[in-house]
Amino acid sequence: MAAVTSVGETPAPTAASRPRGMHVRRQRRLNVFRYVVFTVFGLFFLLPLLAMLRFSLEGSKLGTWSLSAWKEIASYQNTGVPPLLSAIEVTLELAVITSVVTLVLLVPTMIWIRLRVQWLERTVEFLCTLPLTIPAIVLVVGIGPIYNRIQHYSVSALMLFWIYVILALPYAYRALAAGLGAIDVKTLSEAARSLGASWFTVMVRVIAPNMRQAILNALLLTFALVLGEFTIAYLLLYNDVLQPELFAINRNTPNAGVIFSTSFAALLFAFALLLILSYAGRSRRGRG
Amino acid sequence: MTSSSVTRTPAGSARAAVEVRLEGLSRHYGPVVALDHLDLTLQPGELIALLGPSGCGKTTTLRLLAGLEDADTGRVIVGGKDITRVSAAKRDMGMVFQAYSLFPHMTVRQNVAFGLRLRKVSSAQRDKRAIEMLDLVGLSAQADRYPHQLSGGQQQRVALARALAIEPQVLLLDEPLSALDAKVRAQLRDEIRRIQLEVGITTLFVTHDQEEALAIADRVGVMKDGRLEQLAPPTEVYSRPGTSFVAEFVGLSNRLAGEVRGGEVHVRGCTLPLVEKDVPDGPVVALVRPEAVSMASHGPDSGSGPLIGTVIAITFLGATSRVTVDLGDTTVLAQLPTSDATSLSAGSRVALAIRPDPVLVSADSDPTAPATGEEA
Amino acid sequence: MAVAATTETGARPARAGRRLSVPSWAGTVPFFAYVTVFLLWPTAIVVVDSLKNPSGSWAFANITKLADPLVRGYFIGSVKLCLLSSVFGAVFGAILAYAVAIGNPDGLIRRLYIAVSGVLAQFGGVTLAFAFLVLIGPVGLLFHASWFYSFPWGITVIYTYFQIPLMVLVFLPAIDGVKVQWREASENLGASAWQYWRYVGGPLLTPAFLGGALLLFANALSAYATAVAWEDQIAYIVPQQIGIALSSEVGLSNVNVADLLALGMIIMMAVVMTGYALLQRRAARWLR
Repeated sequence: MAAVTSVGETPAPTAASRPRGMHVRRQRRLNVFRYVVFTVFGLFFLLPLLAMLRFSLEGSKLGTWSLSAWKEIASYQNTGVPPLLSAIEVTLELAVITSVVTLVLLVPTMIWIRLRVQWLERTVEFLCTLPLTIPAIVLVVGIGPIYNRIQHYSVSALMLFWIYVILALPYAYRALAAGLGAIDVKTLSEAARSLGASWFTVMVRVIAPNMRQAILNALLLTFALVLGEFTIAYLLLYNDVLQPELFAINRNTPNAGVIFSTSFAALLFAFALLLILSYAGRSRRGRG
Repeated sequence: MTSSSVTRTPAGSARAAVEVRLEGLSRHYGPVVALDHLDLTLQPGELIALLGPSGCGKTTTLRLLAGLEDADTGRVIVGGKDITRVSAAKRDMGMVFQAYSLFPHMTVRQNVAFGLRLRKVSSAQRDKRAIEMLDLVGLSAQADRYPHQLSGGQQQRVALARALAIEPQVLLLDEPLSALDAKVRAQLRDEIRRIQLEVGITTLFVTHDQEEALAIADRVGVMKDGRLEQLAPPTEVYSRPGTSFVAEFVGLSNRLAGEVRGGEVHVRGCTLPLVEKDVPDGPVVALVRPEAVSMASHGPDSGSGPLIGTVIAITFLGATSRVTVDLGDTTVLAQLPTSDATSLSAGSRVALAIRPDPVLVSADSDPTAPATGEEA
Repeated sequence: MAVAATTETGARPARAGRRLSVPSWAGTVPFFAYVTVFLLWPTAIVVVDSLKNPSGSWAFANITKLADPLVRGYFIGSVKLCLLSSVFGAVFGAILAYAVAIGNPDGLIRRLYIAVSGVLAQFGGVTLAFAFLVLIGPVGLLFHASWFYSFPWGITVIYTYFQIPLMVLVFLPAIDGVKVQWREASENLGASAWQYWRYVGGPLLTPAFLGGALLLFANALSAYATAVAWEDQIAYIVPQQIGIALSSEVGLSNVNVADLLALGMIIMMAVVMTGYALLQRRAARWLR
């Protein structure tokens, strides 16, 4: 997530080339602080994940190792419960749809507001932060009637994307706002307009390409959200979406290993995507 | 012209201006050498402007003096005391940054008084001094406003007031005008000089704008690649450039092919004295200022000769005009009084003359390159 | 060079042929429409519904039910949990964000931790609860931490697990917005590191910090999924209560209780979000 850095600052030399002196001492102290922090937090975050991983690699007897939980992802079957694989498939599709819709909804709106209707910016930020605070329950309870109407048109877990987009708003908004803040939208758009570009061209061919990193971040955050979202799906009792699936498995079967291997795989997947795409979106910035 | 070594600050307390000496300062960032054994001395009360292209080391010099960075080698001596190892907070210097340095959550008054607050000055005293400083820069009416409510020029003035409020020994200005509009820039530039002279404080001013440097400095230091190319009063830097880099960086220069013979250079039919007396005979490139080129005659019957050509363009600059003349094998810039230039237009034939001012010559490069010197 | 970014009426470029005068905020209509339908309307439905009797007539007296000791107990329990996890999350998240911010803006560690935060802020669900069970539960991999089961400690740790990443996501842009010139200027004026933080850095970051903490609080309140899996603590979390009410067999008559609890939550939300919006305004002005 390319957060905003200050404009006009002189580039600081990298730690490696610092000579001796008091600034070196300060830098060294800061480095110690950083490494301590990263180690402590790293452990805190990592341990439960490792536990999950270890569990998923556990064999039938405690203390042994086995890949069966991972192999089962593909072949898991149980009566009354749809195959895990198709649940994964549906979740992935849902993630893609949600991401696309979120971007299509947010990116043009945010650029347009930054360009032409700045006074709305606070309102949009507020609305986009609201979903974090309104319990998913409330949305579900309230959305029940609306969904019943929409359901007439198509009965599928994929319709969940309507709500997932709302849930993704806080995260996508932040990522996009950071990207927008890092470029001089006003000057770029004025330059393009003076050359004859329409507002559409300005948004699509001038502003958006400069927000590539931010858009990618927003996309990935939304993706991660869908993969991890549980509440809504469970409550609306859509059985063939991934996480509720895992919960259902838990109630039905002693083999929790599959749960963990799947979750871990999902986690890894989302994380790897986020990391890789943070490199892909990096602008070619020279030094100095 | 340096002021006397003791001056009275507006607050009435006597404050002796100090000498600043930078000895053998070096700094590198990895493989890049930012400063190469720089020696520089600022006389008490003097304003030295460091001028040069980006990357020349002028900002590094300033930051080393301020203590915001550490030097690899060398010493910084202020008022006779070696402060190389002293932290920035204890160096007693006032600094004005290029932009963004005012604290946004404090009013103008609080910003200016901040340094005094740190020094545990009483609140009444602080306030008095803050208003004094704001009067000095002409902004006392804005004392209770917030930085974001002020224009760029006003913000820089507050920054100046804040830097001076603590009565520092040295004033440092890091391209303070670069982020401002042209008109505000010129105004503020003169203001800064006026205030600096009134307070009598030793000052280092960094800029990439030569007009700024020439206008306000007691001495100008032209830097390139971490070294001082020349340190001299503005008039000297301009009319007697020490190196070809200085000649080309400061002001415009015509590059004309010529030949040195017997301590003089022969350029396009004129004989000109040299700045440096001991240049060996041989082909050289002479650097001739546009204002040294005048119009001898004009009209279709000017005849032919090495200094006769066709006008390509005329740039009206007010009292003078810059005329670009094509001499066939090269182009020459002439700076003429506008009264002379009014009779010219594109395509006119003119005959030029070169005033016998001493010129700098360099043995290198392409003599057929068009007149250069302006920073891109 | 023409072109101010806004004209008098903010008119959009005309379509070929016809002079159409549309206000520029029209471009934001799709966004607002979407948010209204899927966020505001469901919320409104819940609010309105909670003030009605099962028969459908108005019953404002329902609000007094919120004072019922049982209901209060549930709310207090969840508030305790949310307060604890948001304070921990805010403080630790701020520390982590600071450690990330002062490093190399292009470096691997920064990307890593931002990617981690993006993923872990979402995965607060079933899997996380199970992972902790595996780690320090009865057959735990590490050690058996029996205090983990006493409310609110165990679940606070779990909530903190995804609160910290959220704080990093929200607070990092604020830290990035602190200009290096402010630090240098205060150093130059004679401030020590402590004085800098006390007079400049601290005051500047406080609104953003408090805003982040508020957001975390609201986020915790609405975190449902985790509570579902943590079976022993069922009674103590309000959204859980709603979930039970919803899915219980005695369907219809309980719906209004569910709405009521939801109403209580919404009131809390409104207070929190207002505070958050006010703080954000201050932070944005200084750090943008």
